[in-house]
Amino acid sequence: MPSVTPYRRPYWDTQPEYLFPKYASTVKRAPTQPLVVLPHTLSEVTAPVFGYDEVKPGDSDLTKQHKGEPVGERIVVSGRVLDENSRPVPNILVEIWQANAAGRYNHRVDQHDAPLDPNFTGAGRFLTDKDGRYRFMTIRPGEYPWRNHYNAWRPAHIHFSLFGQGIVQRLVTQMYFPGDPLLDYDPMFTCVADESARNRLISIFDWENTIPEYALAYRFDIVLRGREQMPTENVR
Amino acid sequence: MSLRASTSQTIGPYLRIGLEWMQIEELAPRGVAGERVTIRGRIVDSDGRPVNDAALEIWQANSHGRYASPEDKQAKPLEPAFRGYGRSLTDDEGAFRFSTIKPGRVPGPGESFQAPHLSVTIFMRGLLKQLMTRMYFPGDPANATDPVLALVPAERRATLIGRQVGEGALEWNIILQGKGETVFFDF
Ligand SMILES: [Fe+3]
Repeated sequence: MPSVTPYRRPYWDTQPEYLFPKYASTVKRAPTQPLVVLPHTLSEVTAPVFGYDEVKPGDSDLTKQHKGEPVGERIVVSGRVLDENSRPVPNILVEIWQANAAGRYNHRVDQHDAPLDPNFTGAGRFLTDKDGRYRFMTIRPGEYPWRNHYNAWRPAHIHFSLFGQGIVQRLVTQMYFPGDPLLDYDPMFTCVADESARNRLISIFDWENTIPEYALAYRFDIVLRGREQMPTENVR
Repeated sequence: MSLRASTSQTIGPYLRIGLEWMQIEELAPRGVAGERVTIRGRIVDSDGRPVNDAALEIWQANSHGRYASPEDKQAKPLEPAFRGYGRSLTDDEGAFRFSTIKPGRVPGPGESFQAPHLSVTIFMRGLLKQLMTRMYFPGDPANATDPVLALVPAERRATLIGRQVGEGALEWNIILQGKGETVFFDF
């Protein structure tokens, strides 16, 4: 059995550290002991496969999950999932969740004084196609306050969870909206040093995918870790 | 020119909205080969307080030591009824549970073979990126030669091994910080 081709380690300033005191909840939850460097074995480069019996076409339209129409501005959110070697990542599960148009989550812990929307749950799912593409129809989420620091507000965002072809590719991230004035005040958005990495968390207004007289569109491409080149291509 | 991976962000406190639809705590329906095992545990923070908003995901080989993934090209049997993936969302006591089968041995670096283990990925509010760890099985002689356990300082290895609490029943707790802190990997 030949050794497996490992995934490349992340560029140092594009991924957050566990301990980041500006985000107060990290203080009691970040590991304090040194991490043990894990060699990538078959266990790390394999991952579960999901199918169309689990994800239905309607799961990607968050505006059609109840009897009535949700309140708010309809938007199309779509993009491609690629790896660091620019290869599309097909047939992987993408899960999203978000607040409603008023900035309220359909969750018992969310006590923000903004209305719940009986026609909006805020959860969606998609399996990427052969080119790594995904597409959701949803409602533009509202900003909401949180208690991290005085007068803390989260910029509008959609939570994304993605699988990959190896479990070390698994990624949970958030998509933001262009021009949001709250971004620079947000410790989540500013958790990494690399400004270009931050900016890749901001979706792009997507004129081509707008639906006339129905919905504006935003494009959000996502990059998962890529594997090292095969050893034979990597002669030093 | 190569791309750079997107920045990880916390899963936040409302993960249940997006992830609960696929809670998979029973991995092995009737007929799947292997030794049955239930795993229960709790996640606690530095104050010993339960983490009630975490998602734990496990990934494992079947009892023959093969992963249900196209990346695993070993000539060992696959079992259509066993995917090897589980997801448990912690309750108010910080507790999670899985019911599965003990995986077989899978190859490690070089010519080595790994001891049976679960790969465990943990998400929660307060983690800007997931934690990765592993759970091994108590009393398995293969633990002594496992190439990954060997990288863990001897005095901390016990944090990666389940504790037998009954016939086919293991307890495995995750301590995020402090005394007995679980070993987490840089993956
Ligand atoms: Fe949020």
